[in-house]
Amino acid sequence: MTQTLEAPSATLPPVEVPPDRPRRRRSVPRSTVIELAGSAVAATALVWFVFTIAGIKGPLGEALCMLVAFVAIYGVICWQLYGVLAMKDRLATVAIWSGALAAFIPLVAVIVYVAFKGISVVWAHFPHFFLADMSGLTANSPVTAVGAGAAIIGTIEQVGIATVITVPLGVLTATYLVTNRNAFSKVVSMVVDAMTGSPAIIAGIFIYIIWVVPQKENGQTGFAAALSLSVMMLPIVTRASEEVIAIVPGSLKEAALALGSPQWRSTLRVVLPTARVGLVTAMILGIARVAGETAPVLFTAGGNPHFNWNPFSGKQDDLPLLMKELIFQSGKNITRDAWGVAVVLVMVVVTLFILARLIGAKKPGPSGFTVPWRNRRSPEEATELFAPIEQ
Amino acid sequence: MTLLAPDIGTPRFPANDDVPINLVRKPVRGDRVFNGLLAGSSALVLFLLVGIVVFLFVHGWSALHTGGLGLFTDKSWNPDAHLFDIWPLLAGTIAIAMISVVLAAPISIALALMINEYAPRPLRPWMTGVVDLLATVPSIVYGFWGLQLISGLQAAPARWLVDHVSFVPFFRTATPGQFGASIFACGLICTVTLIPIITSISREVMAQAPRDVCEAALGLGGTRWGMVTDVILPFSRNGIIGAILLAVGRGLGETMIVVLVLSRANHLTSALLGPDGLGSIPFEITTRFDAGSPMAKSALVLLGLILFLTTLVINLVARAVVTRSSESVL
Repeated sequence: MTQTLEAPSATLPPVEVPPDRPRRRRSVPRSTVIELAGSAVAATALVWFVFTIAGIKGPLGEALCMLVAFVAIYGVICWQLYGVLAMKDRLATVAIWSGALAAFIPLVAVIVYVAFKGISVVWAHFPHFFLADMSGLTANSPVTAVGAGAAIIGTIEQVGIATVITVPLGVLTATYLVTNRNAFSKVVSMVVDAMTGSPAIIAGIFIYIIWVVPQKENGQTGFAAALSLSVMMLPIVTRASEEVIAIVPGSLKEAALALGSPQWRSTLRVVLPTARVGLVTAMILGIARVAGETAPVLFTAGGNPHFNWNPFSGKQDDLPLLMKELIFQSGKNITRDAWGVAVVLVMVVVTLFILARLIGAKKPGPSGFTVPWRNRRSPEEATELFAPIEQ
Repeated sequence: MTLLAPDIGTPRFPANDDVPINLVRKPVRGDRVFNGLLAGSSALVLFLLVGIVVFLFVHGWSALHTGGLGLFTDKSWNPDAHLFDIWPLLAGTIAIAMISVVLAAPISIALALMINEYAPRPLRPWMTGVVDLLATVPSIVYGFWGLQLISGLQAAPARWLVDHVSFVPFFRTATPGQFGASIFACGLICTVTLIPIITSISREVMAQAPRDVCEAALGLGGTRWGMVTDVILPFSRNGIIGAILLAVGRGLGETMIVVLVLSRANHLTSALLGPDGLGSIPFEITTRFDAGSPMAKSALVLLGLILFLTTLVINLVARAVVTRSSESVL
């Protein structure tokens, strides 16, 4: 096959070599857009024609039929033009887009609908809604007469107590699960996993049985509600903290151990401070998860239209409970107030979530706060100490 | 090639001296106290679970003792009259979970694939954030939204189903002409709460599929869908199954949506589209517990125990499946 070719004697004009660039496949080719648009128009026209001829009505049925017709037409076009494999790929893309839209639309619709219905209620009497209690509530009371103040106080106190109870326990348990790998820790880890998704109502009944019933009439307090929220929160905080503590580099801890510190000191002074950003995020996410839980507080908080600042005595209200009460009372204005409470609840959760994201976005690592104050030096002292020795 | 090395005689250590030195020393007192503290708080978590099971069992015992096998053979559910037929409640709870999972699973997997593979790159973190945020929105908000909006919207499709496909026993209504407050409506609204759960877990598992194998599939000329079916889905199969199981557990225990939307009933029927059909365990507990007689309370606690143990088992299986999948990937 060897063949010698004579080199052309004439000099060729220099060829324009395109620069070596990576091919970008971001944009959709124009042909695809035309095929998609054509199929969509054809499907819409076909379904509209058939529905009009047959006299069928129903937006949902029409939309579904359009989707089916669109998939059929687009599939045939792609099959004819590009073959079976390309057709499968294109149809799968259509299916995934429609599935994702079907999932995303209701999710966004919840937020938009709640905001649409609720913000006007809160706005109508802005500070009052956060400051007043529900004692003036009647079926026709105007929005200026009532407010979610008592419920907000209740939620803050109950969730606060639950946080104070669960965060130390959760962090200690998570530390144990990370540092020890034995049969006991495996069982505990399994239990934490299993309880993370257990029904919320169970926490309510459990605390009702062991805490509310023995105290007869005085049983339903804010503290009882905090206890049942803790039952919900403990597995969540433990699991989240465990994930955070597990990613602390082992070399940091080993360095501390190699310097001769005992294990407890290296854990408290190196591991946990390194993970503190993640721990705060875990705590906030735990708070966000339980702040809106209704089922645990149903039998434990009791509900109270008046202000009750003391979580340890007397019935207390909180936001989810208030919302449930408002939904179950009839009266147009009461339903309207329920939307107001809903939007407050969603705002609390969204704020906590964004806060957790913002804090979590910071890079974890050691900070100056791990150096005890007594070991710190003033800048002058430090300069003097570390000044180069002059010969 | 030889190297001239100074003769140092036989080495002082045997050749296999690179065994790790046992660094485990006797823990100091501080360590023992600290470890005891850690173990104590872990034990508390364990006690919590055991305590829940024991207390629910003790308080449900009188109903269990009185009812006995009647739990499965009695004609109706009325604890005050010592009738303990749990079938309608159990069937309703399972039906709600099944409807919501069957609807939520495919579209959640599509959403997860969308976020990981199909969506424009700058949008991906935002979509992930929105999905994670919606997983924390309280279920009472979803329930109220469903009660006000979806309950009405689903009546028309439900009517169509009853009119045209009522040969399937599910697509009937126990109360002719009424389509609200049904098991189907509850399942539909629970679907919305389950979507973020399935999506976020399966998205994380799918992201663990090895990127180089994905690139190899594309490099060999495979389509994107071919990469999804042949690389991503096989790698994340267990994780997706685990996510769906977790969602089943969540659907079984979903309380507030059911309380807000369902009408109280407990008739054993296959019709899912109207009021006055099957009941639901969380609904029964929530609405009857406060003012019930001791026997009714005991029966409801027993129902709670059944629900708790069921979700516990499902969660354990789900976690085991998810863990195994992430191990097999590595």
